[in-house]
Amino acid sequence: MSKSTSKAAGSVAASLHAAGISRREFLGFCATLAAAYSLPASAAQAIAAALEKAARPSVIWMSFQECTGCTESLTRSHTPTVEGLILETISLDYHHTLQAASGEAAEKAREQAMHDNYGKYLLVVDGSIPLGNPGFSTIAGVSNLEMLKETAKGAAAIIAVGTCATYGGLPAALPNPTGAVGVNQLIKDKPVVNVPGCPPIPVVITGVLAHFLTFGKLPELDALGRPKVFYGESIHDRCYRRPFYDQGKFAKTFDDAGARDGWCLFELGCKGPVTNNACATTKWNGGVSFPIQSGHGCIGCSEPNFWDAGGFYKALSAPAQPLKVGAGVAAAAAAVGVAVSFSNRGKKGAAKAAHETTTLDDLEP
Amino acid sequence: MDQLLLLTWARGTGLNLALSIFVLGVIWRLIEIYSLGRKQDLSAPRDVPGASGWHTIFRRSVPPPGMLKASPVSYIGGYVFHVGLAVVIFLFAPHIELIKNLLGLSWPGLPSQMVDFITVVTMAAMVVVLIDRITKPVKRFLSTFGDWFTWTLTFLPLLTGWLAVHHLLLPYTLMLALHILSVELLLICLPFTKLFHAFTVFGSRWYNGAVNGHKGVPV
Amino acid sequence: MSASLDKGVRVLKEVIDAPIASYFNSCVHCGLCAEACLFYTETGDPKYTPIHKLEPLRRLYNQEYTLLGRLAKMVGLSKPVTDAELAEWQELVYNSCTLCGRCSVVCPVGNDIVYMVRKFREGMSASGHAPDGLKGAVTRTVNIGSPMGIKLPAVKAQMKHVEADYGIEIPLDLEGAEYLVMLSSMEIINFPEYLGAIAKIMRHAGKTWTLCSEAFEATNAGMQIGNSDLARVIVKRIVDGAEKLKVKTVISPECGHAYTALRWEGANLVGKPFTFKVQHIIEVLEEFRLAGLLKTEGMETDRLTFHDPCQLARRGGVIQPQRNLMAMIAKDFHEMPDAGFMNWCCGGGGGASAIEEGEELRLEAFKKKKSQLDAVKPKRLVTACANCRIVIEEGLEHYQMNLPVVGLTETIAEHIPDPVGKD
Repeated sequence: MSKSTSKAAGSVAASLHAAGISRREFLGFCATLAAAYSLPASAAQAIAAALEKAARPSVIWMSFQECTGCTESLTRSHTPTVEGLILETISLDYHHTLQAASGEAAEKAREQAMHDNYGKYLLVVDGSIPLGNPGFSTIAGVSNLEMLKETAKGAAAIIAVGTCATYGGLPAALPNPTGAVGVNQLIKDKPVVNVPGCPPIPVVITGVLAHFLTFGKLPELDALGRPKVFYGESIHDRCYRRPFYDQGKFAKTFDDAGARDGWCLFELGCKGPVTNNACATTKWNGGVSFPIQSGHGCIGCSEPNFWDAGGFYKALSAPAQPLKVGAGVAAAAAAVGVAVSFSNRGKKGAAKAAHETTTLDDLEP
Repeated sequence: MDQLLLLTWARGTGLNLALSIFVLGVIWRLIEIYSLGRKQDLSAPRDVPGASGWHTIFRRSVPPPGMLKASPVSYIGGYVFHVGLAVVIFLFAPHIELIKNLLGLSWPGLPSQMVDFITVVTMAAMVVVLIDRITKPVKRFLSTFGDWFTWTLTFLPLLTGWLAVHHLLLPYTLMLALHILSVELLLICLPFTKLFHAFTVFGSRWYNGAVNGHKGVPV
Repeated sequence: MSASLDKGVRVLKEVIDAPIASYFNSCVHCGLCAEACLFYTETGDPKYTPIHKLEPLRRLYNQEYTLLGRLAKMVGLSKPVTDAELAEWQELVYNSCTLCGRCSVVCPVGNDIVYMVRKFREGMSASGHAPDGLKGAVTRTVNIGSPMGIKLPAVKAQMKHVEADYGIEIPLDLEGAEYLVMLSSMEIINFPEYLGAIAKIMRHAGKTWTLCSEAFEATNAGMQIGNSDLARVIVKRIVDGAEKLKVKTVISPECGHAYTALRWEGANLVGKPFTFKVQHIIEVLEEFRLAGLLKTEGMETDRLTFHDPCQLARRGGVIQPQRNLMAMIAKDFHEMPDAGFMNWCCGGGGGASAIEEGEELRLEAFKKKKSQLDAVKPKRLVTACANCRIVIEEGLEHYQMNLPVVGLTETIAEHIPDPVGKD
């Protein structure tokens, strides 16, 4: 993608055309987006018109404590689809994995882009930021926190990609040794769109970019900063196996008859009910499948703290921790009970011992 | 706190705490109550078939002659809400999963639409018995803070569970967490409120049946 | 705390046991016991709800025998039981409770409420909060020998009358007799036909029997007031008499509480099992019937019904025998609604009939019996308890109903043929 960095800024339409994307394919993509955003079909034309006219924005992609899975997901899995190419139509001016430049040249490119597009560039972040020792993660000797703050200053908006950049992700798993946090815990003065997932669904990021390009603003977000259109419903509610849940038909193991018949994976720990994402509708790898369809329960990877939510293979209604109620409690209970009963019997015995036989005189108060 | 973390806390630490207090409370209260003992009955017993503590434990679940007519709301409402509660607690698949995890016991559940319907019926019955408690002079007269409190404690898990399933009012994750927390509150309070009748009802019926069974009266 | 209250509380601490603890912990305030209590159904006043009659006992239990209750008392969250409170409860524990036990058989959680009322009366009486009428009855029973103040000479006089009327000798202090027949004051004074009936039936059945000069009174006001110490004094006379005369069986008269006092409480009061059997006269008659020793002739042809004394039926386990006996002599017998196990009290049991200030309430509660009678419209009412009989007669008079009330034993005796060869 180093070629995009050297390309002169042009319109999205032009670069699409140059990349050999037909008008029909392009309109198809626009219709998909219109549907995703719950816009009328006629809006596809408007999106197309806007995208065609839109100037390729400068994008700076910063990677902090991450595994590059997000990049893998977003680039490789979607070439040569329109979504993938949309990525190419932006002016990706800085990206560790994809840029050819390295060292000082790379950092220079970033500074140049920031300077040239101050206040207008988009900042995409993957990976969490450590708040512990600044030395836990540095780029060119600069701590992640410092670089994020510096780069965020001139950004028009920030898109946090992946669960690490949104909520801290796996680095923030207990006991969170690096003090990892997500972007929106640090940057409060810029619009931050969270696109969680480990990794996130590619169309979501392209959808957000398209929205930005089309309407000049970010899509509507929910309380967790996620685009409502993609994170508005739970996996469970959109799952094709939902009827089995409703009928009470559950796979008990990954290789039983129920599993083979495609029954619900709730009892095998599926976190679909508490995971809001679009996997069950958009699916992955160009609509081929998604985890549940492949026979594994949802692990809830796009939810905050999913890594600490009690185990991937534990049913949601099962205890999240091994129970410690046992001998100790029973012994304590027995101790309290026996103490009380001992005292009670003593009291009763004392009352009995003190019994004075009632005489007729006692009947009067 | 984040919703999922709250849910995880409820499923983990919260559940641990609640179950510990519940188990502790139940054992302690049972010892406290039944260790008081009773005197042996020295009168000559009259043996009549069907007159015993064990018989009464079961027989008392059926209204004695004339009582259904005297207080239909108490009986029908009581049946519906107790049976409904039992069905919802013990025959909803996620609940069975919890029990399986806690005790290793498991049995088939009911389709969730059916459980959903029974939940609504149970809540309706609870509302009816609450209205009955408010409007019937005797029930009103007997009612204390504990009665309103325990009604709420029992109603909340049903309500939050139902709302969670239907994605009403709050996000599912948060509602599910509240549902579990409400059950935990119920567990914690059970040994120390009138809800403890869930345990003592058997002892009480047995004593009554045994004392009267001694006289040859099947009560 | 006054000395008497202190004593009452101590007695209550003694009698609170596991059943009571279990019952109080089981109560869910459903109020169904009210529907079973004629003092509630006839007045509609919620204060007569049976479980409410035990409120001070419940609090005392909580404060003394539960850990949380003790803490609550310590920090002042739970008020201690006071004399004033017990005085207020006197009406609820005595006047408006006949120990009929209907509440105990309807409670859905199985609480034996009447068991608790009986125990609560121990503390009420020990702390001086029993009604005057009952105190008087107990005092007369302990000091004179009978709640109505009857002494042996009065009994002997009645024996003479009966011997004259029936021409049968009434044995007194006959050692080795099979049966020791007990009487209730009511029968000695108001219903001498009972003694005649016994004489006739015993001769007919060919059984030996006797009265006892030291123990003729079967009623036990000590049990009604709820005081075991005094009840023991009273029941001990009968035990001593029965042991002295070496009888096989002591027959409780047609009196419900006498039966409970002897049959079920007696051994527990004296602290050892009886060496003799205790039977209600109805049980004895049923035994005679089954053994072919009771042969009646002729039938009553008027419309009859039977009032089950609570202590005989629901509290005593004798329900079918009286019906078998009625079937021998009644052609036109009809059961009242709820008859038998669920029968309604006359309104004067458990000592209530001895409480003067409770009369108005008693008559109010009698409306229940009236409605049962109205449903059957009998020409005569048969029962097997002299106290029920008196209370019902008072009620009938109050409501201006003309209905004779008779005892079952005497009615049976009327159908026993005179022995052949006797003039």
